[in-house]
Amino acid sequence: MDHSLGIDWKALKKGEVSMGTTIAAVKYDGGVLLAADSRTTTGAYIANRVTDKLTQIYDNIWCCRSGSAADTQAVADILHYYLQMYEAQNGAPPTVRVAANLAAEMCYSNKDNLSAGLIVAGWDAKSGGEVYSIPLGGSIHKQDIAIGGSGSTYIYGYVDTNFRKDMTREEAIDFLKHAIALAMERDGSSGGVIRMAAIDGKSIDRYFFADADIPAAWNAPASAT
Amino acid sequence: MSLNHLTFTEPWSHKGEDLRQGYVADRNFVPASSSAAAVSYNHDVASDPRTHTTSPIVTGTSVIGLKYKDGVMLAADNLASYGSMARFRDIERILKVGDHTIIGIGGDISDLQYIENLLNQLTISERDAADGHILGPEQIYEYLSRVMYNRRSKMNPLWNAIVVAGINPVTRRIVTPAMTPSLEQKNRQGAFLGFVDLLGTTYSAPVIATGMGSAMAIPLLRKATDNDAWKTLEADDARKVLDECMKVLFYRDARSLNKFTVAKVASTTDESGASTGIAVTFEKDQSVATQWAFAEKQYGYK
Repeated sequence: MDHSLGIDWKALKKGEVSMGTTIAAVKYDGGVLLAADSRTTTGAYIANRVTDKLTQIYDNIWCCRSGSAADTQAVADILHYYLQMYEAQNGAPPTVRVAANLAAEMCYSNKDNLSAGLIVAGWDAKSGGEVYSIPLGGSIHKQDIAIGGSGSTYIYGYVDTNFRKDMTREEAIDFLKHAIALAMERDGSSGGVIRMAAIDGKSIDRYFFADADIPAAWNAPASAT
Repeated sequence: MSLNHLTFTEPWSHKGEDLRQGYVADRNFVPASSSAAAVSYNHDVASDPRTHTTSPIVTGTSVIGLKYKDGVMLAADNLASYGSMARFRDIERILKVGDHTIIGIGGDISDLQYIENLLNQLTISERDAADGHILGPEQIYEYLSRVMYNRRSKMNPLWNAIVVAGINPVTRRIVTPAMTPSLEQKNRQGAFLGFVDLLGTTYSAPVIATGMGSAMAIPLLRKATDNDAWKTLEADDARKVLDECMKVLFYRDARSLNKFTVAKVASTTDESGASTGIAVTFEKDQSVATQWAFAEKQYGYK
């Protein structure tokens, strides 16, 4: 075991801003749907209560960011640059698989210095909708549904029980909205509003849910919004 | 102790903060020889003293309070967090002690329940004594400050921040001509608001707030009460200030909940303005309206 000063270098540095977070992405019949809460914290202080954690890295390729806000912004920016270079050099837009693998490459080679959990999802003509999970170590996992961030621990049961393949977009929106809402309910590091982005090759539609539009769990405290 | 927003409620979460290996279970503890060279990397954890009590587990967040024209008002949300998890959402953190005092408690919930028990026992003993004296907020405050300080002196603190509020009951007041103004002031019947914490630190002021409220709510509370303005502050206006503070805390404290209790100790008067006594009231399941719709127009991070 490594006793080098016993320091957990990978942990957030003092004062570093974290996206505590709940993020998710699901493949539905025709495309992918990304979803996230909107809370960014520095310890227990909410630095941004209306964060946009869904980031576009190419036309039809987006990613959900969790972990260090700085690290994930840096990775997303560099990924965007790489994908633009890819199109210029290869004459064709990158596929979701290429984007995800590039992101994983960055996260893996810099694993000692990064605290980033990404979900890369999008649509391309070759494979349709695809979702890739890239957790902390920099591994890559292709999945039909991916959840991440500190709040995700609270909804593994809900997701495992309620996920179905080939849902319609409306069903997918309903499913993720309930999932994220449940996580926001219990995770102190998640909260605010729910943002979503649906990508199906024809268009990209952003969704926004706040206040009464966010479902309340059956035993949630009643509150006026 | 580093000034981090988590120090009070999650002292164990300072990963990577110090370079010491070895006995660092208590963040406030400084070993006799603090040079890195003296520290052993292979100490036997089993023989370290147990320090469970210096790490709060289930915690409550801010308590806020202010004095106003008719008395005092406190507010505290109903959440008990387990680290970052919103574990219990129906906890009442404001206690009624006798008919003249309310106390709001933040910090460790098991210690809150212990204090609740202590105060119940105290009430029973006082009732037993039946000596004509009533326990008012100043007595509860003094009692709690002794308990808290003595526990800290035994290196076994009750990990809480407590706000004591109420109106001193009318008892025989002995005022002599030779009394200094401050003594006379103390003897006067009136609203009381005080703070005691895990170190036994105490102070009294027209506004008190614990936890994150001490940074975010105090400025708002002071604006409404500064320069004796609290003496003419109406109940509705005091309530509006508390609601505004609870809203800000719900927006910015990641360990808060939009469900809280507002308790007040107020002197009641009849139509002619004559005093008819002191009433303690609790308004439970309160919440504030919050703004989020504006965020729809905001996107990206650049």
